[in-house]
Amino acid sequence: MRLGSGTFAACCVVIEVLGIAVFLRGFFPVPVRSSAGAEHRTEPPAPEPSADALRDDFLFGSKGVKFMPYTTYLVEKGASHSFVAEAKPPTVTMPRIKALTTGSLPGFVDVVRNLNSPTLLEDNVIRQAKAAGKRMIFYGDETWVKLFPKHFVEYDGTTSFFVSDYTEVDNNVTRHLDKVLKREDWDMLILHYLGLDHIGHISGPSSPLIGHKLSEMDNILMKIHTSLLSQEREGLSPSLLVLCGDHGMSDTGSHGASSTGEVNTPLILISSAFERKPGDIRHPKRVQQTDLAATLAIGLSVPIPKDSVGSLIVPVIEGRPMRDQMRFLHLNTVQLSKLLQENVPSYEKDPGFEQFKVSEKLHGNWIKLYLEESHSEVLFNLGTKVLRQYLDALKTLSLALSTQVAQYDVYSMMVGTAVVLEVLTLLLLSIPQALRRQAKVDIPLSSPAFSLLFYLMFLVLSAIHIIVCTSAESSCYFCGLLWPVAGGVMVLMSALLCAIVSVLTKMFISKSLPSKNPAHPNSRWSELDLLIVFGTVGHVLSLGASSFVEEEHQTWYFLVNTLCLALSQELYRNCFLEDDGEPQHHFHMEPGIVDATPGLPYRTGCDVWEQDTVRERLSLSDMLRGREKWMALASPWLILACCRLLRSLNQTGVQWAHRPDFGHWLTSSDHKAELSILAALSLLVIFLLVQGGCSPVSRAALLLGLLGVYCYRVAIGNVLFPWQQDNRDIAKGIIEARFVYVFVLGILFTGTKDLLKSQVIATDFKIKTVGLWEIHSGLVLLAALLFRPHNLPVLAFSLLIQTVLTKFIWKPLRHDAAEITVMHYWFGQAFFYFQGNSNNIATVDISAGFVGLDTYVEIPAMFLTAFGTYAGPVLWASHLVHFLSSVSSDSALSHACFCYALICSIPVSTYIILVTSLRYHLFIWSVFSPKLLYEGMHLLITAAICVFFTAMDQASLTNS
Amino acid sequence: MKDTDIKKLLYAHLLCIFSIILSVLIPPLFLENFSILETHLTWLCICSGVVTAVNLVLYLVVKPNTSSKRSSLSHKVTRVLKCCIYFLMSCFIFHVIFVLYGAPLIELVLETFLFAVILSTFTTVPCLCLLGPRLKAWLRVFSRNGVTSIWENSLQITTISSLVGAWLGAFPIPLDWERPWQVWPISCTLGATFGYVAGLLISPLWIYWNRKQLSYKNN
Repeated sequence: MRLGSGTFAACCVVIEVLGIAVFLRGFFPVPVRSSAGAEHRTEPPAPEPSADALRDDFLFGSKGVKFMPYTTYLVEKGASHSFVAEAKPPTVTMPRIKALTTGSLPGFVDVVRNLNSPTLLEDNVIRQAKAAGKRMIFYGDETWVKLFPKHFVEYDGTTSFFVSDYTEVDNNVTRHLDKVLKREDWDMLILHYLGLDHIGHISGPSSPLIGHKLSEMDNILMKIHTSLLSQEREGLSPSLLVLCGDHGMSDTGSHGASSTGEVNTPLILISSAFERKPGDIRHPKRVQQTDLAATLAIGLSVPIPKDSVGSLIVPVIEGRPMRDQMRFLHLNTVQLSKLLQENVPSYEKDPGFEQFKVSEKLHGNWIKLYLEESHSEVLFNLGTKVLRQYLDALKTLSLALSTQVAQYDVYSMMVGTAVVLEVLTLLLLSIPQALRRQAKVDIPLSSPAFSLLFYLMFLVLSAIHIIVCTSAESSCYFCGLLWPVAGGVMVLMSALLCAIVSVLTKMFISKSLPSKNPAHPNSRWSELDLLIVFGTVGHVLSLGASSFVEEEHQTWYFLVNTLCLALSQELYRNCFLEDDGEPQHHFHMEPGIVDATPGLPYRTGCDVWEQDTVRERLSLSDMLRGREKWMALASPWLILACCRLLRSLNQTGVQWAHRPDFGHWLTSSDHKAELSILAALSLLVIFLLVQGGCSPVSRAALLLGLLGVYCYRVAIGNVLFPWQQDNRDIAKGIIEARFVYVFVLGILFTGTKDLLKSQVIATDFKIKTVGLWEIHSGLVLLAALLFRPHNLPVLAFSLLIQTVLTKFIWKPLRHDAAEITVMHYWFGQAFFYFQGNSNNIATVDISAGFVGLDTYVEIPAMFLTAFGTYAGPVLWASHLVHFLSSVSSDSALSHACFCYALICSIPVSTYIILVTSLRYHLFIWSVFSPKLLYEGMHLLITAAICVFFTAMDQASLTNS
Repeated sequence: MKDTDIKKLLYAHLLCIFSIILSVLIPPLFLENFSILETHLTWLCICSGVVTAVNLVLYLVVKPNTSSKRSSLSHKVTRVLKCCIYFLMSCFIFHVIFVLYGAPLIELVLETFLFAVILSTFTTVPCLCLLGPRLKAWLRVFSRNGVTSIWENSLQITTISSLVGAWLGAFPIPLDWERPWQVWPISCTLGATFGYVAGLLISPLWIYWNRKQLSYKNN
């Protein structure tokens, strides 16, 4: 079967996406779940203020003493227990709320659904409390209302939509307090304060604003506590006040990963039922965040949530009689061992379960003794023994369950890896064919010899599948698939393998034949090609080190800079040496070492190396004269300077993320005027650079669209109009954003129309170029709308660099399609990081998903966020399509598509092997898995780009 | 290809390597608390001075450029002045390139500049000695197949290997090992030095190895 190399590459990438999907499903652990219903039963109102992004050192550190005197007093002297609760990554609000209420460990995939927050279906404390007839009131973050839609008798959700607002969100919660505290018609009050988190996002944990916020929180806590105390004096039973943070904040103020600041949150339980004892504030005990669910459930006398892996926080029940303590611990152990039974087939051998059996027996003995004779030393001693035994069992069980979460589904991972590697091998093997002039790849899919191999392979794979699936102990995604689907995957795998084998045999046959041209095509590699190969290999290898994954932007900036220097060297050599009229020297190497072109006649002078560039030299002297030439010579330095400016716009990564950057300076509220000027200038530059290639209609649309972008930013309060003095009300800017969307769609539509027209009228070549440029400009307009205003210069500089490179470097130097593709890819990657992205989930700009939308709508929001995040690579790819179809020959586009597919799939395939081998690495969840998600998403986007490429290529084929 | 030339080249290069080793070993005898990592800047100054001196001496003694004509004193003086200006220019250009590569603009200026100086010592100084202040000749030597003698060939190899060494030296900086040599610009200067030494060692061997294939028209 003969395929165009573009089509072939697109098919390969699509199959790779499937492989990655299977791999990801196996890699990300399936959460521990229980399926049975709740049964058993066992007191006091419990207000629970929780503050978003409350770090442990805010309370227990110097800041706590300074800004939170009342809380510090309670912790030191009051009837309270304080702990440091360890949150597990991902430290993002929704998974943390789930952990606090269900006691389970939400998987990493939950982050992706963070925005969506569908109703919490798993068993949780809130549901149990509702079933027990408790009346609950909630004020604070809207996420709770979405998770628990019908559970609260009264609620007021605050949206965390506007991160820049940190006073209103909290006043919204506090204004209800006075009323609620006077009433007595509720059992549980949950408050979730967002202000601290927002301050962290704006200005980091060392900002002076933090202090104000903390003292505000302290006053609120004092208010609640005093009112509870006065109620107790009136004869009500003692109440429990819980203060906790869902996650901390990193030293830059963001969260999502697993640095100490993000993971450690304070947990303070205050109740007059506790003994007053002077505790040591400096060293609170460490507990798990998941322990709170079990503790609250015991406190509220409701069943412990079924999926909870937490163990009861023991100091809380110390004041109760021994019999009660034992009963509570028994309840907890029973629940945990049930969960273990459902998730581990060989649970009976688990040490935790054995300990549980022993402690149950001891407990029975104790009860017998207790009923026979009360109050004796023997009883007390046995009791403490039982308690200790229970605690050990709890600890072991809880640990076993938590590690159960981190089990990999190795079989699915292997299947995914096998598919991806087979595709990559096929791509690599077909390089020589695909990059020939006619750009065709021969895929041997129907030769009879390989059908036998194919059936054998299929049989072997099915046998392996059956063996693995029948003997598997833990759950396996791939085994759970329907038979036809699994069979299809196996057919695919064996077909790919056969294709590889036949391509290899073909290569060997053609090698062993006396070949006609012994000359290696590779021996003429220029410095640029060497750089491209070494850069790609170096980048791929660097992904094995966690620091290089964290600081991947450094790798790309470094490579792009080196690329610019290599380009400038090439440019200088071409410009200066061509004027060199009197070549005095001649360097000659004997045939055999640089014997690339045996037939080339050696002329006098420095002609040997001139041969390399004879094409370019002609064009250079033709195209660049006078001032143009000097501009061409300066262009690499201009690009370097632009890259340096962009680099200091957004500091990303981990090690240097705390450094001051222009982005933070611009977004701080004092510099609104500067930001406005910069945004307006950038929009102007964008218009000037884009309008040249458009038709008049889309030029007007672009202008109006860019004006609309500015109006939208004014409406949501990011920037100012010159005539506008003070801050207006913040609106959502729905109308303005939709106004821009109309123009985006309009421009894209005109572009598509032009492309279709160029199909019909085969003669007119220009229409196609215009059409492609219009699609590019439509995407630019969309990116301008989605980018935060301080990132607009990134867009402007990206367009500027594209123009400069096209005009002064690519056109005069005539690089081939493969080199141009790789350069586009490198710049695309660098711009991904210039935008402020990193390999950390926390840097994804979610606000892009809400532009122009009233409420959260899943599909558009996902699409917009993905586009906003990957705007850099996508825009460079669309520029590549336009550039190649405007300058060069027929096969350029399919070459480019092939190279793009190859250069994107090499890192992904290597990375999944690296991740598989590093799966027990310390940083696997914090560093490597987010990167894996990014890589998966990147491959998906590459697949879309390759399909677009192929479509354009097909169009040009039908044309010619 | 004359074996004596290659031998001469090898001895010259060994002398350069010896001078770099001395720049590490001798200063502790005179200076207190001298170590490459802690008093890195002092070492940079000493090393670049020593290497420049050795290069000049070698140039005067060996005289690889036999073709250069006798010229008047004033011509020589302008030539020396020009060389100095070229050297300073190359330092500044390297400094600018480092900043473009991401070196801090305002902090650590002295460190960055001394790194530029040492890299110029390894690359520009031998070029100036051998080729004189003629940019065209430089461009020729550093183009593919543009060298005309073993001296130029070895110059090409040492220069490229010191640049590549400096380039590779930047790689350990993002790693979180927290070693003293990961601090900017120590890893890069060390990389450049190792690259230079490697180039000095490799180039005679490489030329010896390929002596059959190499033939320079001019010699």
